[in-house]
Amino acid sequence: MQDLKSEWGEGRVESLFVERDVQSRQYRLQPLDRIRYSQEEMATPGNKIANSPQASSSGSVYLPLIAGWLVPGAGHFLLRKWGRGALLSASVLGMFAMGLAMQGKVYSSAHNILDLLGLVGDLGNGLLFVLARVFGLGSDQVLVTTGDYGTRFIVVAGLLNVIAAVDAHNLRTGRKQS
Amino acid sequence: MIHPSHFLAVLLFALFASTVFGITMRETPQRMIRYGIYCFVLFVGSAIVLSWLMFLIAR
Repeated sequence: MQDLKSEWGEGRVESLFVERDVQSRQYRLQPLDRIRYSQEEMATPGNKIANSPQASSSGSVYLPLIAGWLVPGAGHFLLRKWGRGALLSASVLGMFAMGLAMQGKVYSSAHNILDLLGLVGDLGNGLLFVLARVFGLGSDQVLVTTGDYGTRFIVVAGLLNVIAAVDAHNLRTGRKQS
Repeated sequence: MIHPSHFLAVLLFALFASTVFGITMRETPQRMIRYGIYCFVLFVGSAIVLSWLMFLIAR
C-alpha cells in the first residue's frame, strides 16, 4: 500500500477499484478516477451497438423487426441466421398450424378484456393472422374441447413470433452479440 | 382436424415454446440447447406436478 501511495499520491489511494485483465486473467488495484477513461472502451450498450458488425451494414434497423413480425423467421433470414430462422419459423408456423388443426378460435373482434388480449396475441402472427382471417381458417366459436387448446396455441404462436422478431432486432442493432 | 390428448398438447406446446426461448434468450448454440432443454423440462415437469396436485385435491 505504501508503494501505491508513493506512485499515485495519498488521495488517489483512498479510493481504489479492482480491475480484471481479461488477457492475463489477473486482478490488480487501480485508482478510482481511471474509471472515467476506461469506460470509453467498455462494452456499454452504446459502444456495443457502434462496434457491432451488423451496425455498419445497410438497411433500416427496423427491417428485421417488421419482417420477422410479418413472416415468422424472416428477420433472422435477413441477418443470414439461416438455422435459427428456420427453427423459429418451424416453431411458430407449427404452433399456429396445430392451433388451427385443433379448431382453435381466431379472434376478429373484442367484446371484453379477455377477447382484447387474445386479439393482441393473434395479431403477433403478422401475415398468418391476415391469411387466417381472409381464408376463414379456424373457428369463430370454440365447439370442441381441443378447440380451447387450439385457441391458446394460436395466441402463444403470436407472442412467440413477437419475441423472435425482437430478437432479430436486437441482433441487428448489436444489443445481442450473436 | 386433430384431437390430441392433453399430454400430447403439453408436449407440443413445450417443444415449440422452449425452441423459441432457447434461441432468443441465449447467445451461443451450446447454451441455447441447454436452455431449451431446461425450459422443456420445466414446462412438462410443472404440468405433471400441477396435474397430480389437482388430482389429489379433487379426491
